[in-house]
Amino acid sequence: MLGTLHPALVDLSHNILMAKVTELNVNGSRRTIDADPDRTLLSVLRDDLDLTGAKYGCGEGQCAACTVLIEGTPTKSCITRVGAAAGKRIVTIEGLAASGKLHPVQEAFLEADAMQCGWCTPGMILGAVGLLQHTPHPSEADIVSSMNGHICRCGTYSRVVHAIQLAASKGGRA
Amino acid sequence: MNRRDFFAVLGGGVLVMLVDDDILAQETGGGRGGQRQEPQNLNAWLHIGETGIVTVYSGKVEVGQNARTSLTQAVAEELHAPVASIQMILGDTDLTPYDMGTVGSMTTPRMWPVIRRAAATARETLVDLASQKWMVDRSTIQVADGKVTSGNRAAGFGELTHGETLTRAIPMNVALAPAAEWKIAGTSLAKVNGRDIVSGAHKYTYDRNAPGMLYAKVLYPPSFGATLQSLDSSAAEAIPGVKVVRDGDFVGVTAPDSFTAEKAIAALNADWKPLAAEASSKDVYAYFKKNARDAADTAGLTAYTVAYIAHVPLEPRSALAEWKDDRLTVWTGSQRPFGVRSELAQHFNLPEEKVRVIVPDTGSGYGGKHSGDPAVEAARLAKTTGKPVKRNWTREEEMTWAYFRPGGLIEVGGKLNPDGTLAEWEMHNYNSGPSALQTPYDVPRKKEQMHQSKSPLRQGSYRGLAGTANHFVRESFMDELAHSAGIDPLEFRLKNARNDRLRAVIQAAADKFGWKDRKKAPGRGFGISGGFEKGSYVSNCVEVSVVNGAVKVVRVVEAFECGAVVNPEHLRNQVEGAVAMGLGGALFEHIDFAENQILTNRLSRYRVPRFADMPLIETVLIDRKDLPSAGAGETPIMGLAPAIGNAIFDATGQRIRSLPMVPGKLPATNSSPSAA
Repeated sequence: MLGTLHPALVDLSHNILMAKVTELNVNGSRRTIDADPDRTLLSVLRDDLDLTGAKYGCGEGQCAACTVLIEGTPTKSCITRVGAAAGKRIVTIEGLAASGKLHPVQEAFLEADAMQCGWCTPGMILGAVGLLQHTPHPSEADIVSSMNGHICRCGTYSRVVHAIQLAASKGGRA
Repeated sequence: MNRRDFFAVLGGGVLVMLVDDDILAQETGGGRGGQRQEPQNLNAWLHIGETGIVTVYSGKVEVGQNARTSLTQAVAEELHAPVASIQMILGDTDLTPYDMGTVGSMTTPRMWPVIRRAAATARETLVDLASQKWMVDRSTIQVADGKVTSGNRAAGFGELTHGETLTRAIPMNVALAPAAEWKIAGTSLAKVNGRDIVSGAHKYTYDRNAPGMLYAKVLYPPSFGATLQSLDSSAAEAIPGVKVVRDGDFVGVTAPDSFTAEKAIAALNADWKPLAAEASSKDVYAYFKKNARDAADTAGLTAYTVAYIAHVPLEPRSALAEWKDDRLTVWTGSQRPFGVRSELAQHFNLPEEKVRVIVPDTGSGYGGKHSGDPAVEAARLAKTTGKPVKRNWTREEEMTWAYFRPGGLIEVGGKLNPDGTLAEWEMHNYNSGPSALQTPYDVPRKKEQMHQSKSPLRQGSYRGLAGTANHFVRESFMDELAHSAGIDPLEFRLKNARNDRLRAVIQAAADKFGWKDRKKAPGRGFGISGGFEKGSYVSNCVEVSVVNGAVKVVRVVEAFECGAVVNPEHLRNQVEGAVAMGLGGALFEHIDFAENQILTNRLSRYRVPRFADMPLIETVLIDRKDLPSAGAGETPIMGLAPAIGNAIFDATGQRIRSLPMVPGKLPATNSSPSAA
């Protein structure tokens, strides 16, 4: 868009590229923010918008507690620049049951008692929602390979697998 | 708010509490003054409000073990109140009675009965009220589902207590429902706040904020023990909104947002003088022995080692501190709210009544959240800045500056009689801890000793304390003895276990597993273990495959018995979780350290169990309704590592005597460690 820059404009272009992010599309509404584009999406969601369902667990994309959906795809928000998320559809755990009715995957996690301390749970649920979007009837191996980036330190893994199978059996894409 | 004010605002209703001298002293205005004597009794208070809402106050905390749910079941069972009418106030030092901490699997054996007694006393008080009000005999009165009835009269709990304030002490002899007659206790009540968890609504400490709050970072040395020589903070202070606070070696920064606080801490230019390291993870086991206060002559014993490991609670330590009129309030995820209160009171030289610690339901602990480090950090910076301050530890800080499960050197030996029964047993634990050091097997001559030593790393409690380490060694060596005598490992254990409860779990695990019918195949192995700790019994049978040195745990059966089961589904969840966590300590978790630095200080460098590591887990619960309920958060982890090790031996012929167990690699100390 800018084409080749005159050297005198390089500083200006830097300023343009570094322009603050002023709006995010989160959970179906436009939220006004004023954020340095290099900040992580996770810190903006948590600190600026008080959407604390996305959790910090490692800061390096190892545990997936920070998972949100961007354009429907599970994304680790702790290693995503907010600048890269601007203009895209972001869904956090708070947006999954926006009408007050739990999503089938949330219901399935409750039914399977697929949690202990719950810190990993929102990320797990959004990871599962993303999986079921493109694989409505995953095998156990599908679930394990798709969810392997998520850590549950309490060790409820087999229950999470069961919850995802439950949600799938009930048409959990809804 | 002090407790007297608190009781005043409770309003009318029935209040039931354990009365001890401490509470009486406060209620009558008699201060404790400078005395720092904490009541030793376990206390709980229960209040029935005029709307029928039952509020129960306990100093225990919820860290994922589902204490909130099990304590709710205790109330519902004895008070005959609907679960939805019960709210638990946990871990708030202003509102709840003193509690030493949510540690040692004590919530179920100790707090649970107290709360049942409180609820039963409240129920009997309601019967008294109805009997007086309706002028009917107590025997005609029933209490069920939040209602008191007699003939055609009925009243809700709140209606009966309306306009009256009654305080009752809990008699020791109040009748409790026997486990065989439980209606709500003993059932799989779902996690009472599960909806808040799956919807992301629950606010953990890490998630909390306060108006005008500042975010804090603290400057830590690049290595343990390093001292600050000089500090240039001009670049940090030039960042708008940043404040740098220096108090001796303590340096902190605050900023209006976390991003700026991170930039500010990175902009500090500090010069540190390192401290010479005394040991590294490579030579620490010899270090333990060398520095033991009372090293034993252990020639002829077999040495095992256990690495330091990290708890890795997925919610790192965190605190939010706020000062108002010289009163300090701190929200923090801790297993010891009253311990953190003491830490804060001491640091700021305040009477404990001026400090309030609130523990929101917390993102796990596993014994790792006993100390109040971030609470003190946040409170220091809040005091200096005059604003509420949030201090969230990063994962690297969590894995460096918290404390670790102790590493240990454990030496073990034993002799058998010709019939395969144990004649002698000897076990020495250096540094790792005395928990579960005593063998549950029958041995006429035994010596079991804990040897305190120096730890190069900060160490503390872990799930089951040293129970994982001592069970690993004992149950591995029991396997060695069984093989040396040519006796089947199951038969060997049953031959040496006289305790019926221990025999029952071992037999139950073996039966479920099909131990007697196991089929040997190349690269396949089977292992068994048994154990006892903290009032409960555990046994594991494990199948592994070992291919090119890579161990895959294929199947785990765990039989577990902790008396009368309080919540079967939550107990299964605990057992499965313990198996998952135990698998990490067994096969790959270890802290590498050198030059006073933690080298495995983040999740990309420290492997924890994941979905793909999970075996098929089958749980056998033995529900002993004739026995009091014991805790279950810890003991289920203890038998896993030795069962895996015994299975690896079965598959490969290689006995691995170090945790984590890495086949193909010789253990760090395979012979006499004193020569190392």
